[in-house]
Amino acid sequence: MRKIDPDANRFRKIVRGKIRENLKQYVSQGELIARQGKKSVSVPLPQIDLPNFRFGEAEQGGVGQGEGEDGDPVGAEQAEAGPEAGDQPGEHVLEVDVELEELAEILGEELELPNIEPRGTSTILVEKDKYTGITKNGPESLRHFRRTFKEALRRQISAGSYSAENPVVIPNREDRRYRSWNTTKVPQSNAVILYMMDVSGSMGNEQKEIVRIESFWLDTWLRSQYENLETRYIIHDAKAKVVDSHTFFHIRESGGTKISSAYSLAKDLIKKEFSPEDWNIYLFHFSDGDNWGGDDTAHCLELLNKDLLPSVNVFCYGQVKSAYGSGQFIKDLRQAYNENAKVLLSEINSRDEILPSIKTFLGKGH
Amino acid sequence: MFHDRDLTPELSEWKDTIRQVAVDKGLDFFEVSFEMVDYDEMNMIAAYGGFPIRYPHWRWGMQFEELQKQYSYGMAKIYELVINNDPCYAYLMRCNPLVDQKLVMSHVYGHSDFFKNNAWFGKTNRKMVDTIANHAVRINRYIDEHGKDEVEQFIDVCLSVENLLDIHSPYFNEKVKITEDQADKDRLEAKATRISTRNYMEDYINPPEVLAKEKQQIIDRIEEAENFPPDPQKDVLLFLLHHGKLRSWQRDVLSIVRDEAYYFAPQGMTKIMNEGWASFWHSNIMTGGILDSSELIDYADHHAGTMGGGSGKLNPYKLGIELFRDIERRWNTGQHGAEWESCEDAHGRVDWDLKENKGLEKIYSIRSTHNDITFIDEFMTEEFAVQQNLYTYKFDKSQSQYVLESRDFRDVKNRLLDQLSNAGRPQIHVLDGNYGNRGDLLLDHVWTGTPLNLDYARRTLENLEKLWGRPVHLRTQIDGKVKIFGYNGSRHEERNES
Repeated sequence: MRKIDPDANRFRKIVRGKIRENLKQYVSQGELIARQGKKSVSVPLPQIDLPNFRFGEAEQGGVGQGEGEDGDPVGAEQAEAGPEAGDQPGEHVLEVDVELEELAEILGEELELPNIEPRGTSTILVEKDKYTGITKNGPESLRHFRRTFKEALRRQISAGSYSAENPVVIPNREDRRYRSWNTTKVPQSNAVILYMMDVSGSMGNEQKEIVRIESFWLDTWLRSQYENLETRYIIHDAKAKVVDSHTFFHIRESGGTKISSAYSLAKDLIKKEFSPEDWNIYLFHFSDGDNWGGDDTAHCLELLNKDLLPSVNVFCYGQVKSAYGSGQFIKDLRQAYNENAKVLLSEINSRDEILPSIKTFLGKGH
Repeated sequence: MFHDRDLTPELSEWKDTIRQVAVDKGLDFFEVSFEMVDYDEMNMIAAYGGFPIRYPHWRWGMQFEELQKQYSYGMAKIYELVINNDPCYAYLMRCNPLVDQKLVMSHVYGHSDFFKNNAWFGKTNRKMVDTIANHAVRINRYIDEHGKDEVEQFIDVCLSVENLLDIHSPYFNEKVKITEDQADKDRLEAKATRISTRNYMEDYINPPEVLAKEKQQIIDRIEEAENFPPDPQKDVLLFLLHHGKLRSWQRDVLSIVRDEAYYFAPQGMTKIMNEGWASFWHSNIMTGGILDSSELIDYADHHAGTMGGGSGKLNPYKLGIELFRDIERRWNTGQHGAEWESCEDAHGRVDWDLKENKGLEKIYSIRSTHNDITFIDEFMTEEFAVQQNLYTYKFDKSQSQYVLESRDFRDVKNRLLDQLSNAGRPQIHVLDGNYGNRGDLLLDHVWTGTPLNLDYARRTLENLEKLWGRPVHLRTQIDGKVKIFGYNGSRHEERNES
């Protein structure tokens, strides 16, 4: 252990505590999403630095060196950056990299989310190779030096050719041992999330932002639970299509709403790519609750009953409040699936309700 | 002699060579002990402010993570780390090529000379490595006694006010003057009212305990009326140490934080000079025979990297070395003094050379007596500012970015001096330790034209309240109005000065 490790650990603990404390704020502001890297998120922590009396930064100005005319913009960051031997306070807001996994853990602790139990653990099995065995033949790259020399030593001792004064051990062909693998069956932990979003004219920017924030956190949590998580994005108005994540969050269509179009596309996708035997499937659907006529809702229920619900872990429907939506769809679902544990419904009226909604969706641990 | 840890024989030899060159050039330094470290050891020591052992605190961990991140992204790498101590301790990064090690060694001898000879370091503790390790022992003992959380929280509070020092106070050994003013006289002559009576009745009519009590009341009244402190107190930390409501271990922790802050203060006051001086000498030593011709390109590259500004930022290394060189040139050619100042002939000024050759002598004497403020104030000339392309910038609200403001010499110099005053921090004095006659603390922000960051000021007041134990107030200016910000332990308030 290095000398500084206790201090570094202490710092991580404080960071964690601060994020937990302000989780609600981070969630509702949604600013973390823009800061997501591949494996970590950079979290701004303005409250962690030690306060002192200092001048207002913007008013201060300073002295620089270089070319330029009056009024030219100067370097992007004039504040003295970089820590120097610890006697200068940092002038910038502290940003800390937090692993996505850790963020998920914090979310889990704060919302008291149960760990997800993969559906049918025993039924979805996958074969995995593990290097646990030893054989006499194999490629040189897998040669096991210790075992090889042990064999040679044993042979030499039993043959009497080993001398303690001159302990030279020379393995021959027969002494060589190689690592080999055994195939074991382990429970599969593949999961796919299908996000579906209503992009009809009534879903405004704020509604999409809510969907975006909620999806980010759902994603973060589920990723921490599964080794291999796939995501697919479906948008729909009167027609549905599969898009990439960028389009999913930024597109604005306008038109009528036919929810069944998305459900039937989801059905096809599951059939084609994600067979329920191999995948844990999560369906999330966000809409403002407006659907086209009574017929389509009936069609939706039929699709859910016959095709979707039997093959998925859980079906989550989040209804975002919008100025134009009637909000009828959630009532229909509630009526139809009052008792069904696989169907989770939540209404999200504002950003503050994102956290409770996540809790509703993930709190059961399916 | 002491030993250098892990120095290879080759580096050991170079060290002796460079040391001898430095001596020959007139540098007079504390001996330097070099230690070879890996990058994460280097980052660790840097996170500890250069010291091998410090008290436990999360802040070191934070700095360490930041340094590790910067290093792993290739954004920054620490080249040199040297501690003002006798002997000087300096660290060399194991993975650096020989030319870098030679450069760092030469640079470090420059720093060591500066530490030893500059007057502003005259009062610093030269056994600070030991002292700081002792601080760690003391704080660890308090952690054992009072628990980690409590001590850590208190350290956080102390660090929040660690810059409320009087950076000049170590240089004055002035004893606190005890003048017998009117209040003292009154106090001495305080008398209770005695009712005249016959002797045998004395104890009944004028009981001694009643008289003593009344006398005490009079003294209390006099003391209340006094200003406390009599003059604004610049060393806020010292004032808190003497008068704050602290437990004895807290007092000791606060004094540790204060001692360490005073140790680092002169480094802040001489940053430009110190780095300039070390760079001047590494350049001089390296190009004076230490550098192998095959290393020239690498040396030039790294030297230029250290001197580089980038995005118009003022680099203390660059400013310092250029100013020392300019002074050396001026005193070599005699371009100073009244005659030079009054010469208005452009050609005459260019060709001016009295062959005084007093350049080196001059810069040696400057490094002994000046600090950054006096250095800039006395030696930065208009020609220098023009030649160095200096300018001032300000924050332009309409563009919400910094823009170039002016190249006027006086503006540049004034802004620079402003920034260097009190290490660029606001000056805060204790105005009253019995504010409102309630034992509150009143601090004064000495107005220099720049407003405080109020968010930080409020949070700092919260910490000061914990040290003072009673409500605290800060007088400052916002939008041309004098305001008093207060915090009473649960609530912030803000009002105009009556």
